[in-house]
Amino acid sequence: MTISIAHKFKLLKTSGRKALIPFFTAGYPSLAETEKLALTAVSAGADVLEIGMPFSDPLADGPAIQVSSFEALKSGLKMKDTFSLVERIAGKTGTPIALMGYYNPILAQGISKFVRSAKSAGVSGLIIPDLPPEEAGELRDIARDAQMGLSFLVAPTTGEKRYATIAKASSAFVYAVTVAGVTGARTTFATRTDDYLRSVRKAISKPLVAGFGISDGVTAKKMALRVDGVVVGSAFIDLMRKNTRATARARVGALVEEIRKSIDSLDSGRNS
Amino acid sequence: MANKSQPDRDGRFGEYGGRFVPETVVFALEELTRAYKVARGEKEFKKRFSDLLRDYVGRPSPLYFAQRFSDKVGADVYLKREDLNHTGAHKINNCLGQALLAMRMGKKRIIAETGAGQHGLATATVCALFGLECVIYMGAKDVQRQAPNVRKIEFLGAKVVPVTSGAQTLKDATNEAMRDWVTNIETTFYIIGSAVGPHPYPMMVRDFQSIIGKEARRQALGRLGTLPDYVVACVGGGSNAIGIMNAFLRDTKVELIGVEAGGYGLSSGMHSASLTKGRPGVLHGSYSYLLFDNEGQVILPHSISAGLDYPGVGPEHSHLRDTGRVVYRSVTDKQALTAFKALSLCEGIIPALESSHALAYLMVGKEFKSRDKNKAGKKRPSVILCLSGRGDKDMDIVEDAQGKV
Repeated sequence: MTISIAHKFKLLKTSGRKALIPFFTAGYPSLAETEKLALTAVSAGADVLEIGMPFSDPLADGPAIQVSSFEALKSGLKMKDTFSLVERIAGKTGTPIALMGYYNPILAQGISKFVRSAKSAGVSGLIIPDLPPEEAGELRDIARDAQMGLSFLVAPTTGEKRYATIAKASSAFVYAVTVAGVTGARTTFATRTDDYLRSVRKAISKPLVAGFGISDGVTAKKMALRVDGVVVGSAFIDLMRKNTRATARARVGALVEEIRKSIDSLDSGRNS
Repeated sequence: MANKSQPDRDGRFGEYGGRFVPETVVFALEELTRAYKVARGEKEFKKRFSDLLRDYVGRPSPLYFAQRFSDKVGADVYLKREDLNHTGAHKINNCLGQALLAMRMGKKRIIAETGAGQHGLATATVCALFGLECVIYMGAKDVQRQAPNVRKIEFLGAKVVPVTSGAQTLKDATNEAMRDWVTNIETTFYIIGSAVGPHPYPMMVRDFQSIIGKEARRQALGRLGTLPDYVVACVGGGSNAIGIMNAFLRDTKVELIGVEAGGYGLSSGMHSASLTKGRPGVLHGSYSYLLFDNEGQVILPHSISAGLDYPGVGPEHSHLRDTGRVVYRSVTDKQALTAFKALSLCEGIIPALESSHALAYLMVGKEFKSRDKNKAGKKRPSVILCLSGRGDKDMDIVEDAQGKV
């Protein structure tokens, strides 16, 4: 049985560890390969998995995730395939899984039906990048009843007054977007990213993860210092685009291990 | 039908509209909404805008009685000549308004998406006028099919970025412009070209375009002594349509008809008729009628007209469709081409392929088709048609299409 994301964060906190959350696009480079990649990431130290549901118009995403979405859709991937992928991964690993996807495919299914299917596949959280809390009333009611976790995003441009609204709406974790921009691996961040993460941390007591642009142990450690976990996605997809499948899998595993080691080397007392 | 109350505080027209955007953009939309509310109430801002519309754009645009075209279709057709505006389309009205706002807000970098290139051209024009940096996102396919506009945009000092993702048309250009905006949000003003996108854009674009209808209504009363029986406009995103219809919404005797792009025909699946064949969904920041499949994936639209080649539509049109105040029809590529040729030959006016869709409806629409044409003693219906742009940019496409027929 898979535990909830919220519970996972409690366990991590008790053991003084930061959450490592790899992201993979369902169906890229193939459905079978996504499963293998997810299993590899879990054995290399992932705490939670984020699985992307491809969308035709991923406007919050940079080139890497765009390409992975288009390729997955081109191969004929359907939402039910994503659900059965999640079911298999959850069954084999017990690792909590968050689904990331744009709003229209969810609306097209019907919110209730979508949440029900996701729940029965073993999804424990949803991240919808084009749905701010103000537009999420119906989903929040349905998710609450179904005990489905929701994660809303904060961005560097978010006014501090909105932090409370976003935290209140988030039942799994709050996702802090590290940069004003789209997803994609970066090697440098503005110095003010650190100030921003500090102020979000100060205002939000719920589990907080940072994502967008984290590409290696160094950037992960820098971010993890201020938050409870990190999401890494585009860096993996870049590896898949450049390598054969077996090589990519090995490198993804190695990168997860590198980030694991790096964030585990943080003194857990430093961020309180 | 008190339009003043639309949209509500959350940017909703009925159930449509809203703000479905990445969190990074929320602050910019709030900032924009505040700035616009202040600006639109200010004498100074309004004067600057109307002075430019008069002296720079050449407004008011004429209402022209198209005698020979009228005889051809059996209706008294008055063309609202937005094609005579500077840069050749209605797009400039909105661009001036938004650029003035951008400057008030201290933004020096402007981005825009464009399909046919008319909005890109109008944006590049106002950026040259005000000395603003300008980047235009355009689908790679449109860069090819609207080459004359691309050359003009570049000549005006703007940078054209061809977008190679997806279908390489307007939808994808909009995605890419949004990505730029998210990345450069603090310095950049995004001039959206149609009455689409997150709140406050649909409202703001409508307001800046509503000069079309205000003039047309006044001109009709002056010329006809009464209001027209019909107001007809093409609908892609729907900015020229909402611009002309807004002034007539409360005149319940005036029938309003929006004409969508039927492409190869509504049953072909290759069209851009979101209000006729779509369902409510979310794309580019608002909840509105949209073309998507059972999986919620957006369907690639098709139209011979690059400006109508868009899977969504402005949220206010969705509301007007549901309330029945405006009826939405469609014509095919072929019918639009016929109308393109007809107006050129009858009136010596080469219309944009977008506007040709509205013209085509007068030639084939059931409201006009069955009538005994030109029979003595029969009163012909009067129509104001928004001739939203001129067709020079479309000559290559039209010649190409004729070659294939």
